[in-house]
Formats: sequence, structure tokens, C-alpha cells
Amino acid sequence: MSLLEVRNLSAGYGQFQALFDISLNLNEGAAIAVIGANGAGKSTLLKSIAGVVDVIFGEIIFDGESIVNLQPHERLNRGIALVPEGRRIFRSLTVDENLSIGAYSRRQGVWNRELVYEVFPMLAKLTDRRADNLSGGEQQALAIGRALMSNPRLLLLDEVSLGLAPIVVKKLYEILPRIRATGCSLIYVEQDTNQALSASEYAYCLLEGQVSLEGKPSDLSREQIASAYFGIGVNK
Amino acid sequence: MNWFNAIIQGVLVGGLYAMYATGLSVSFGVMRLVNLAHGDLAVGSAFIASTFCLATGLSPFLAIFVVLPLSALVGIGLQVAVFNRVVGVDPSYQIVATFGLSIAIQNVLLQQYAANPRALNIGEFGNRSLKLVGDDVVIGLFPLSRFVVAVLVLVLLSLFIGRTRIGRAFRATSDDPDIARLMGVNIRSIYAVAFAIAVTTVALAGIFNGMQTQFSAADGPALLIYAFESVIIGGLGSLWGTLCGGIILGIAQTIGAEIDPGWKQLIGHLVFLIVLLVRPMGIFGKDELR
Repeated sequence: MSLLEVRNLSAGYGQFQALFDISLNLNEGAAIAVIGANGAGKSTLLKSIAGVVDVIFGEIIFDGESIVNLQPHERLNRGIALVPEGRRIFRSLTVDENLSIGAYSRRQGVWNRELVYEVFPMLAKLTDRRADNLSGGEQQALAIGRALMSNPRLLLLDEVSLGLAPIVVKKLYEILPRIRATGCSLIYVEQDTNQALSASEYAYCLLEGQVSLEGKPSDLSREQIASAYFGIGVNK
Repeated sequence: MNWFNAIIQGVLVGGLYAMYATGLSVSFGVMRLVNLAHGDLAVGSAFIASTFCLATGLSPFLAIFVVLPLSALVGIGLQVAVFNRVVGVDPSYQIVATFGLSIAIQNVLLQQYAANPRALNIGEFGNRSLKLVGDDVVIGLFPLSRFVVAVLVLVLLSLFIGRTRIGRAFRATSDDPDIARLMGVNIRSIYAVAFAIAVTTVALAGIFNGMQTQFSAADGPALLIYAFESVIIGGLGSLWGTLCGGIILGIAQTIGAEIDPGWKQLIGHLVFLIVLLVRPMGIFGKDELR
């Protein structure tokens, strides 16, 4: 069953249009990847699903209902949580308080403080540490944990690997199956295509705000991806 | 000259300045809003309290319990009607909107109460005092209680911000309002609560001021300056810094007045300028605050 359906979405910031006629579909429990170069509109797509970007045209259907006119906090209440690009943890709050803000909506589910600390053991020792004193990997773990505290049905992950050491990225990606096992659907946005493609069943490639390629990762050749990613060759 | 007495009086006045400044500190801390009508809201509250007392014959202390809930409502109303439209956009809109509000309030007060000064009469209590150190230091009972109330207000407020769910949302919104929204915080209602607190505290300060000195319709901007100076001296975003800033300003003024009564304001402003030069982020300010 379709959990999220984006239909002919155009969106942007003020006078600047970043997305043109994007359509995508995500089934309940599935994981999809959105890849593309810097500036292709990946983050804008996630932000318009989460509700912080103005939709110019099109529909976003979540769990059978249009959410285009809902405020970000109302979308979170329905189960859409974003792990933002650049982590954006609350710097002056402690680790524990960041998680509490994640649980602000009081949505019920399997996720709670104990489970987050179990899944991210590196955070468990740092509960009273101010978040701006964390390493990049710890901050990313906190950003994911914070989003999980809202017990999302759909988790939007924006550039989880950005600026992190490969070993840390690997560790974070190892945790993602545990998140999916709770029934949560995922959308990964990455510039680093390999990581995202290997963790998902379906992929969309964005180029200049449009879908330039889509398909199952196993069906997509490296050449196809390269041309859709950079906008060179036959596919564009 | 009695320096020790001057310092004590300065500390007590500082409590009042801190109470003026608290709301400014909260509204700037949570929503990055500089409210230029802050002082006028204090004066307006004092006038409303005065009207209440004249109409009912009751004590100004009882008026507090009527005016404060009213101010909370006014705060929410202003947030919804005016400030929600200017938060998070170009700061020049804030300046125009709040400056306009300031002018509007002053003129409504002038129209309603004319230019005559008023005072809130607290009777005998205003004259009582404690004498310390062989009569050298005289502490007025009313300034002392006012100081205690100011500290109490700050203690409650910092507990609220530090320990409660809404308080946590205040701090999260202050750190990053966009992400706070994404985490399920309805920042408009957070702003409304913040502004209700801002107006309530400044209303209390306005009433306390009116219990000791006269006030008139055009006093708001001067009070705004004291509040600003306290916040800046103490450091933006720190409630205890605000108390400290108020006390430093108060002491500077009383010491100035001790040297020469005409220097009272001047020394206060000079100390403010020196702090701004030497430590622009304020005494307790953290470098991270934008």
C-alpha cells in the first residue's frame, strides 16, 4: 500500500523554483533513495514533504490524505520526521533534551529514550553533554535519534553521510535496518550514490529539479546513473 | 557621601530594571524580536492599574492580580495580530511594527489620561524602612520587597525555561526555529507564550515603578532604554545576566547621583557604553549568540 505519493510537485523558495513536476511513490515499509548532484533539488524535495518549503503546484498524499496545506508540526504529528541536512541539532540543549524535543509530539510507538540509547550506544554516555560538544558522528546519531523519538512512519534522511568519516557512515547505515524493522519507511537523500542505492529498493535520480531516472537499483547500470546524475549522454 | 548606601540602593533599583528587561530578554531570546513598545506596555499597565484603583478604591497591590492576567492576554493578542507577521522576516519590519505600536500606545494613553502624571498610592507601606549599620543605610521596605519579587520572578522563569516541556521548546526554538517546527513544535504558540510572559513581567515592572514614582503617557521610551541597557550589560539570552545587568545599571546610577544628582542618568549610560566597548556580548553573554 502506498504510504507517500508525490504528484507533479513543483516547489521552491520565494521567486526561485527548485522542483519541477516531480512524482514519486513510496510503499509502506519500503526504503527509497533520492540521488543527484549538489543543487539538484533533493533537499528541497524532502523539505517540501516535511512542510518547510512552499509548494507551487502538485499534491503530496500521505496515508491517503493530502498534506500540502498542513504545517510542519502537523505533518510530524501524522508521522513524518526529517533528519535535516547538516544535522541541525539544538546546540544549546543537552543530548537528553534534544531527544525530549524529538518526543514533543507525544506520538506513541516503540521508540523511546532507552531504545535510542541502545541503538546508538555512543550517545548513551553523553546524555548530559551539551550537543555542540559532540563529534560530527555523534551529532548525526543524535539527529537520527531525535527524529526517531517522534515514532515516525516515514523517516526522511537528508545527506546522513555528509562530512563524516567512512567508518562512521558505515556504522550509521548498519543501524538503518533496525529502524526499518520497526515498520518505518525511509527516504534517503545522498550525493554518495553507492551507500544509498545499496540500502533501498527503488531509486530516483534528480537533475536540475526534475526526475532524470528512476528504477530498482539492481536494474540501473552505472552508465545510466552517471548520465542521469550529471546530465550528460543519452538519458538527458 | 555614603557609598555603601548608594550601592545598596542601586542593587534595589537594579531589581526593578531587571524586571523591565526580563521580557525584552525573553522575546529576543525566543523569537529574535526587539520590541520597541516594551516600555510603553509598562506605562500602559500602570495606567490601567491606576484606573482600577480609582474606580474600586482598592490597593494597587490588588490591581496587580487584575492587570497581570490582562497583560498576558494582551501579549497573546499582540503576538497573533502583529508580531507573528514580522517574526523571522527582515528585521526592519519588526522595527516599523513595534515602533508604530509604541507611538499608538503613547497616543492612546495621552488621549485617555492627558499628559498629567499619575502615581499608584501604596500608602504607609511606601514610607517604611529598615535602618542598618547605625542608621547609615536605610532600606525602604517597598524597594526591598520589589527586589525580592524580581528575583523570585527570575527564579520561576528560569525554572520554567530550564525544566519544563514548554521551556525546552523555548530553547529549541531559540536555537533553530525551523528545526523546532519540524520536530513538532508549534512555534506560533511558543511565541504567544513567550510574548505573554514578556508583557506580564513588564506590566509588573510598570506597576512597581508607578508605586514609587510618577509616570506619564510619554515615559515608555525612557523605560525601554533602561531595559535595553540591562539586557546588553548582562548579555543577551541570559536571565541571570539580565538581573546582573539591571543591578550594575542601578548601582552606576545611584553612585552617579551620589557624586552629583545631575549625573545619575549620565553615569548609567556611560557604564553601558563602556560594557558595549569592552565586552559587546555582555558580561554573561555567550559568543554563540547571534
